[in-house]
Amino acid sequence: MAGRGRGRGRGCMSFSIEAVGIGKGENLPPSILQPTPLFPPMEHKPVPLVIGEEAEYMLALKQEFRGAMKTLPFYVHPAVPKKDVERYSDKYQNSEPSDNTIEWNPDWKRLPKELRIRTRKPLKENTCLSVETPVGNKPSRKTRVDKEEIISKLEVGITLEKREEEVTSDEEEGEKKSPEEEEKDGEEEYDEEEYEEETDYIMSYFDNGEEFGGDSDDNMDEAIY
Amino acid sequence: MTAQEVRLCGLLLQEHFGEVVERIGTHLLRGGAQNLRTIANETNTPLDLVKKSLCVLVQHGVCDFGSGRRGPGSPVEYRGNCERVLRILRYPRYIYTAKTLYGDTGELIVEEVLQRGHMTMSNTVKTVADRLTHNMEEGRSMEYSEVVSSFSKLVETHFLQRCPPVAETATAAPSATPATHRTPASVTPPTAESNPDCYKLPPVTLTGRGKRRRSSDDGEEPGGVKKAKMDSESCGDEGIYWQVNFERFHQHFRDQAIISAVASKLDQTSSEIVRTMLRMSEVTTTPTAAYTQPLSANEIFRSLPPNYSISRPILDQGGSLTGRSDLHRALANLARATLESVVQERFGSRSARIFRLLLRKRHLEQKQVEDFAMIPAKEAKDMLYTLLSENLVQLQEIPKTPDHAPSRTFYLYTVNQLPTARLLLQHCYKTVANLIERRLFETKENKRLLEKSQRIEAILASLQASGAEPEQLTEVEEMITAPERQQLEALRHHINKLDSTENQVDETIFLLESYIISTKSK
Repeated sequence: MAGRGRGRGRGCMSFSIEAVGIGKGENLPPSILQPTPLFPPMEHKPVPLVIGEEAEYMLALKQEFRGAMKTLPFYVHPAVPKKDVERYSDKYQNSEPSDNTIEWNPDWKRLPKELRIRTRKPLKENTCLSVETPVGNKPSRKTRVDKEEIISKLEVGITLEKREEEVTSDEEEGEKKSPEEEEKDGEEEYDEEEYEEETDYIMSYFDNGEEFGGDSDDNMDEAIY
Repeated sequence: MTAQEVRLCGLLLQEHFGEVVERIGTHLLRGGAQNLRTIANETNTPLDLVKKSLCVLVQHGVCDFGSGRRGPGSPVEYRGNCERVLRILRYPRYIYTAKTLYGDTGELIVEEVLQRGHMTMSNTVKTVADRLTHNMEEGRSMEYSEVVSSFSKLVETHFLQRCPPVAETATAAPSATPATHRTPASVTPPTAESNPDCYKLPPVTLTGRGKRRRSSDDGEEPGGVKKAKMDSESCGDEGIYWQVNFERFHQHFRDQAIISAVASKLDQTSSEIVRTMLRMSEVTTTPTAAYTQPLSANEIFRSLPPNYSISRPILDQGGSLTGRSDLHRALANLARATLESVVQERFGSRSARIFRLLLRKRHLEQKQVEDFAMIPAKEAKDMLYTLLSENLVQLQEIPKTPDHAPSRTFYLYTVNQLPTARLLLQHCYKTVANLIERRLFETKENKRLLEKSQRIEAILASLQASGAEPEQLTEVEEMITAPERQQLEALRHHINKLDSTENQVDETIFLLESYIISTKSK
């Protein structure tokens, strides 16, 4: 049906084109054979932007807001892609934690149970969150407490034989030090005591070479091998 | 949810919450209600990241959850809310409005609540007090009570509201006995307004001052230990979260638009009257009401600001003794003005004349258009066809005979305001999405340069803090060459322009959206 009117001039359409306003024999613009250009020339220039204090202030607000959102814990970083080989510099690059912890503390009562994940204390000091995250801390505190217990037990076990060491280690335990320092002291102490007490080798057998060459000054005519 | 809306939402989510949240959010918006496993499988994201993203989305009100379709036993389903994401465009306007109404304190309160999605009152007060103290001079700090008073004012005028209580999810143990008829769980979550305590402040007294954040030592101020204790103690308003009431802000914007329109059309006095009427009915009118509450002339007269001494006769002249604003008509007029100005800017003043003509006269034939608009026939035809191809103008056929013969039918040009407004709204969404994409492209192109300038600024700041000589500073500054500086300047200018344009387009979006919503509720 579309091709019926082929012989009759311009090309018949289902409605009379006079009614729409195209007169007989009038020049219509050429038909379009390709998509319109990507940046067509504009006949009318657009109105200039509103400039003023209000517009500038809102612009500043918008950019600050965007910047602030990037620092908040709500900005979820994608999982770090696994590299092929572990690089030495990875140790020094501060990659964002993208594991299964959440860096802020939502109200879990308002969320369905299936969404619950481990919370983790925010790494930086100067985040604005003032709500403490107690959940993540308990396991680490517990392990620290366990370490202290073990160290103190070891210390007590070692120094049962010698009273002097026991007194010193008790004194050191009595001092209120941070767990790392205590741990270090315990290790140092432990090393010394192991050195002195725990080894199978009797200490008096060990000759640390200080006396070497001291005795042989008297008999100079014998050769030294 | 049209394709343009989803595209824009995706870009907004990406800018503010990152790519992961963007992927999950877009998937939710496109796909409707889905459960956790489906989302994880279809987006190929690890389950923990999906959980994190959903927590973020729920925190900001973008995502709702409810029991599944198959009843209380099925897994929880999550739904995305497209409108809520589009509000992100308007955040600067909300914050600026809070500043004009309630000063810096109000501004910071609204900004904090917008950044966090929802917060308790005590958290907000502490954070805002700290921020204000940080900006004050040494030795001065902000009292909590001042922040609390600003917060209360915001709540009283309904700009902040309580978050709606969470609906019982499917995980609650079903306790219905077999005898009772189990009603299906309601899928729609309760709105904030359905809570009768929506605007009630929690009975908590907060005392204290803002802390100044010092990088060197923390406990310098007297009573520093006590303050740390107060942080960790609960302030008694646990579980009561506050969110920004967007509808109230929209009401405010709408009132502003009407007042300025009246001022420009009539005169200053009339606009003052309208402003007073609108302000008096601020809290009593629901957002979708067609009319404000009727007010007697006496009330209006009493509430006018004192420097406007208007005599009674003029007030009576303005209408009947009870005044009432027809809000729907006002919005329709504003939308019509927007459409007309769009046509004018894109197609010229004569096309705009034709457009306005068609809006007023509804249906016109080709010949009539030429006559009424006083434009030569050829040009009128040209303009009409351009408008037709852009879909701003439609052809209506009116047959004279039952067989619809073309030679015996009227072809009338017409403009339908509502569909045209919807079309323009979609164009606006597309515009903003294009602007954001262009801005991201510009930033990516010049990433190297931007990073370099940031590094140099950081070096400069640290040098200045440690007290370096001017020669060192100039040496560092010279690390950026002059053409690079020019390039940076041009880049900043472009990005500012694009951002500013987004803000402006959002104003148009607001007008058109308000108009369309007002027609829906009729």
